[in-house]
Amino acid sequence: MTARSFPFVLAFALAGAAPLAAQAPASVPDTAAQADQEPEDGGLTGSVSADGAWQDLGIAITVFATDADVPTRTNAGSTAALGRALSTVVAADLKDNGLFKPAGPIGLPQPSFGEVRAPNYPVWAFRSAEMLVQGYVHANSDGSLTVGCYLYDVALKQQLAKAGWKVAPVEWRRAAHKCADMVYSRLSGESPFFDSRIAYIAETGPKGHRTKRLAVMDSDGANMRYLTSGQATALTPRYSPDYSQLLYLSYLNGEPSIYIYDLNTNTQKLLVRSKNSTFAPRWSPDGKWVLYSMAIAGNTDIYKIPSGGGQAVKLTDSPGIDIGGSFSPDGSRIVFESDRSGSQQVYVMNADGSNQHRISFFGGRSATPEWSPRGDQIAFTHIAGDLRIAVMTPDGRHMRYLTNSWQDEAPTWSPNGRIVQFFRTEKNTGNASIWQVDLTGRNERKLPTPVGASDPAWGPIRP
Amino acid sequence: MSSSHQMSRHARNSAMLLLLGGALAVSACATKAPKELPPEPGPATTTTTAPTQPLGPEAGSQADFVARMMGADTIYFDTDKYNIDSMDQAALGKQAQWLMQYPGKRATIEGHCDERGTREYNLALGERRANATKNYLVSLGVDPSRLSTISYGKERPVALGSNEQAWAQNRRAVTITID
Repeated sequence: MTARSFPFVLAFALAGAAPLAAQAPASVPDTAAQADQEPEDGGLTGSVSADGAWQDLGIAITVFATDADVPTRTNAGSTAALGRALSTVVAADLKDNGLFKPAGPIGLPQPSFGEVRAPNYPVWAFRSAEMLVQGYVHANSDGSLTVGCYLYDVALKQQLAKAGWKVAPVEWRRAAHKCADMVYSRLSGESPFFDSRIAYIAETGPKGHRTKRLAVMDSDGANMRYLTSGQATALTPRYSPDYSQLLYLSYLNGEPSIYIYDLNTNTQKLLVRSKNSTFAPRWSPDGKWVLYSMAIAGNTDIYKIPSGGGQAVKLTDSPGIDIGGSFSPDGSRIVFESDRSGSQQVYVMNADGSNQHRISFFGGRSATPEWSPRGDQIAFTHIAGDLRIAVMTPDGRHMRYLTNSWQDEAPTWSPNGRIVQFFRTEKNTGNASIWQVDLTGRNERKLPTPVGASDPAWGPIRP
Repeated sequence: MSSSHQMSRHARNSAMLLLLGGALAVSACATKAPKELPPEPGPATTTTTAPTQPLGPEAGSQADFVARMMGADTIYFDTDKYNIDSMDQAALGKQAQWLMQYPGKRATIEGHCDERGTREYNLALGERRANATKNYLVSLGVDPSRLSTISYGKERPVALGSNEQAWAQNRRAVTITID
């Protein structure tokens, strides 16, 4: 189960490309200038328009070539078929995030294996492509695959980035996600996020008696897998930072409790042995602590316990409902939800429970706060009639809605803090689905899941 | 606003009575079959209890509880609230009476919420509602060790629409006795 891929810089004789690379400046002026406009703290309110500036960047993504069309142990087929599949995954990743306008691989010329490292620039300039992504796939004698990924600036006739990965056949999609991450990071100046996974709740059956199962999938919805049978209702999963475990709530034995699910052994155990209900589990960024909420005689408070077991510490002690919690990226503070003021609002406290203070003053109710992995924003659910996803700064300012629908709730951040996923519930049917939206709020899309889906929890970039 | 709320509550209760009528009819049918079975072997004197046994669920069973409560096995709450109002008190008084009559019976109180809230908060709110219900039953003399609570948050609605009337029916605490 351990990730068997390891990135390495490809040591090719880049005979054709080397002279060009030597002539070209170290960075591309256009994109570098855009990146520089972003304030250091990442205050996205000011930089939103910058996204639009390179939104129309035309990227041609070509079918990945192969040196020899041989069978592979993948579900995509031979290396030639796999090359097509890889480029399709890259194009799908880069599409729909509001950042680029990828074209291809369908309808574009297919570069030969030799052209992968020496692009036919005039062809792409003629097609008005600004950027060009090429790649190749090679089957190794040990059954593994090597995938190479190259990004070129067509106008400058310059290679901007290249990388290669050796992957096990079952993990071929990871190579495509890493390629998309490379392109995305190089052109946007942002951290990567495609090579990541999402835990969620798969929902089937009638509204009054819906089956809710623990499920996991890649960031693009592929490689979906159920982890529980659905006999006991499962809710609110959270991936551990190293992807080895999942925390979630199960109604197993009719007692709602948090379980730690071990993904290596497919076994689970109770987080806390208690007669009281435990729910709303959260990991600390370093994976050493778990936050949970426990109801005693109807009063819910937040606790912290070492993830490996040990003594729990009670962090809140109000007569109201204190629930949830999300650590700041440095682990020093926790944003959480409390109705101690009479309605659900967002509060911040130090990681030891000290200095609890309310930060949401927007009217209505504010719930399910999640601290961005960048630290600069807190995503939450704002309730004023409808439920909508919103963001604010950690001091409770600059509140902005990202969605406007009947019922959107439970935001979770992409690993790079640029995209928020959440779940949307349909009026009357109660059908739930996972959606994502970028920080401009303009680029919203539904994730492909085979059945209804709720409670997305986005994990970090895969190790 | 409160009057319209009361009205909706009455509407709800009459709907509940209709439902109960159906449930009674069903259970009456269910008890027919055993009545037609040949009498148990044994002293003839025991057969005298058979005619006096009323048609209906076995006394002290969950079916009996539901039938006797006539809808009072469930109490309802206002949006985001968990206080026990006078209507709830009447229902819980009835529940307590039954529970005192069958001191060997245990019960679980389920707390539920409407769909117009976030999932985790509703789990906590359901806990509150179930516990408020339990506390009131205890104040009427029911041994707390006989009562357990569980919250389903918004995960188990009984009314499936997305409107005020459905939400009012879903903000509830249901007492279920354990057979």
